[in-house]
Amino acid sequence: MSTTLTKPSGSTPSGPTPPKSPPRKLRAARARKQIIFRVAIVTLVVLFFFIPVISLLDFSTRLRSGGRNWVSWEPIVNLATADDPASKEIRAGLLNSLGLVAATLAIMLVLLIPTMTWIRLRVPALRRPMEFICLLPLTIPAIVLVVGLAPIYRQLSNLLSTGSIWLCFVYAVLVLPFAYRSLDAGLDAIDIRTLSEAARSLGSSWGGVLWNIVLPNIKTAIISACFISLALVLGEFTVANLLARKNLQTAIFIVGQSNAKTAAALALVAMAFGFVLLFVFSFFGNSRKGRKAKS
Amino acid sequence: MSVATETRNGVAVSLEGLRRSFGDLHALNGMSLDMTPGELVVLLGPSGCGKTTALRVLAGLEDADAGAVVVGGKDISSLPTNKRDMGMVFQAYSLFPHMTARQNVEFGLKLRGVDSAARRKRAAEYLDLVGLAIQMDRYAHQMSGGQQQRVALARALAIQPQVLLLDEPLSALDAKVRVQLRDEIRRIQLEVGITTLFVTHDQEEALAIADRVGVMRAGKIEQIDAPEVIYNNPETSFVAEFIGSTNRLTGQISSGSASVLGCAVPLLPGSPTSGSAVVLVRPEAVRIVPADPATANATVVTTSFLGAHGRVQARLRDDTLVIAQLSSVATAALGIGQSVAVELAPVAALAVAE
Repeated sequence: MSTTLTKPSGSTPSGPTPPKSPPRKLRAARARKQIIFRVAIVTLVVLFFFIPVISLLDFSTRLRSGGRNWVSWEPIVNLATADDPASKEIRAGLLNSLGLVAATLAIMLVLLIPTMTWIRLRVPALRRPMEFICLLPLTIPAIVLVVGLAPIYRQLSNLLSTGSIWLCFVYAVLVLPFAYRSLDAGLDAIDIRTLSEAARSLGSSWGGVLWNIVLPNIKTAIISACFISLALVLGEFTVANLLARKNLQTAIFIVGQSNAKTAAALALVAMAFGFVLLFVFSFFGNSRKGRKAKS
Repeated sequence: MSVATETRNGVAVSLEGLRRSFGDLHALNGMSLDMTPGELVVLLGPSGCGKTTALRVLAGLEDADAGAVVVGGKDISSLPTNKRDMGMVFQAYSLFPHMTARQNVEFGLKLRGVDSAARRKRAAEYLDLVGLAIQMDRYAHQMSGGQQQRVALARALAIQPQVLLLDEPLSALDAKVRVQLRDEIRRIQLEVGITTLFVTHDQEEALAIADRVGVMRAGKIEQIDAPEVIYNNPETSFVAEFIGSTNRLTGQISSGSASVLGCAVPLLPGSPTSGSAVVLVRPEAVRIVPADPATANATVVTTSFLGAHGRVQARLRDDTLVIAQLSSVATAALGIGQSVAVELAPVAALAVAE
């Protein structure tokens, strides 16, 4: 039995017609909806972030009588010169934290960049184990970490000193997961094998490859790793407190016990400091892109 | 002083009994190669034959398990890559993304302690040599693939290396740019007079550019000769079949020639001397002409128009397919299913035992 295909009656010989675009009114309504949705999302996010900030500012300046003054901000405004106990505490905590930021970033960069580069070039099979090790601190609560670290820091205190700066070693471990992710993404974005082989064939040493080729090409990733590490170190409280060391967060805590308003003001300043640093880092990160775009 | 006159003369290069294994895979299996000063040798072969490994061993990017690398009479097997004084162009685009074309070319010179003014001058000269003098301030992402490879070539040559190594530098480029750059590489190589090892899997590229072509198989060079010798006088069936197309036709051998399809085909050295054998016949040695169905020995299966010439596939009575390369006029005169007579020109061919 054979079958024949017949054209349905009324069909035209022309091919399929292109789909019609939606009418203008419908498109305008859709665009309006999208705008409303976007504005709503942005408003929610802004409220989520700024209500606590405004509350901090409000709390730090409000008087019981109903008026406002900036007395609780004085230890911060006169940080460099004031001699009161709160200012001294904040000054010491801030200096320790800044020192810790510098030391932690140095350890993190010196440890991670050459190791990650070397593993990619020479022993790619170790990439997964390296990733696992670097992400491990995320899964270990700070309190557990401190239990393990306490005996080490006891020895370290005898060997070096009880100074807070030695917290840099444990902070370098704490920032590993975040720094690793940033640097990994940066190294993924370049053909590091070909670039390093090209540099080597032109006469560059391994150190030269790292300095002249790898670092400039992962600059943005380094900046991002530094920022996230910096934010973590400036905001770290648990380890420092449990190991009886002093940093900015323990200073805020101590000041807060005697003057809650100054502690709130200090928390606000610390947050603003973080925002400024974020802006500065993103400015540096984008400066090369800007130059390239111009050229 | 021009780039060509200031560049030192090429040096002799010898790879002696190189062996290199990756686990169970023997990438190089006792490979040896001698290059004369200023010569351009192309290593050609199928994927995994060891050609890139050989080049990387010469560059110092891979360590050989055994064997020696001798350049200019000196054994450099134990020297690290950065001390070998070799310029290299890679298959992947390898320009440093954060540097301009000029800075890329200057990079190797800076490492050699050349002062700033001399560096700039020499970078400009080499970029001019590759035709990119006006684009010297562009970054890699602002250049096409062909331009990037030209800059990479200028960068490799600017350090005035002893040997130039080209690892499939044209494979990422489109067909037209590939041909242009291929000719340019040859022109520059002749102008500079540098000993060059070029690795490719593209036969046309190899035959067009090389002083000698080395056909590699399983970690060894199967045959190394001038392109025309490789093509016309292959020593092994692998070389004959790898380079260009070949028809495998059965014939009877006697007194130095084979009788195939009723035609006498002279045989190349290395062929069997008697009995039945498979003769490897090039498509251009096959003639196909329209014939009466009673006298025809084949039927046309397909015809392809390729511009200057055409390609016809015919099926013999014993079901063997024969490919012929004909003029486009002769190809146009043939139709699919047409009865034809297949004849062979008396061009020397290699025969192998059945």
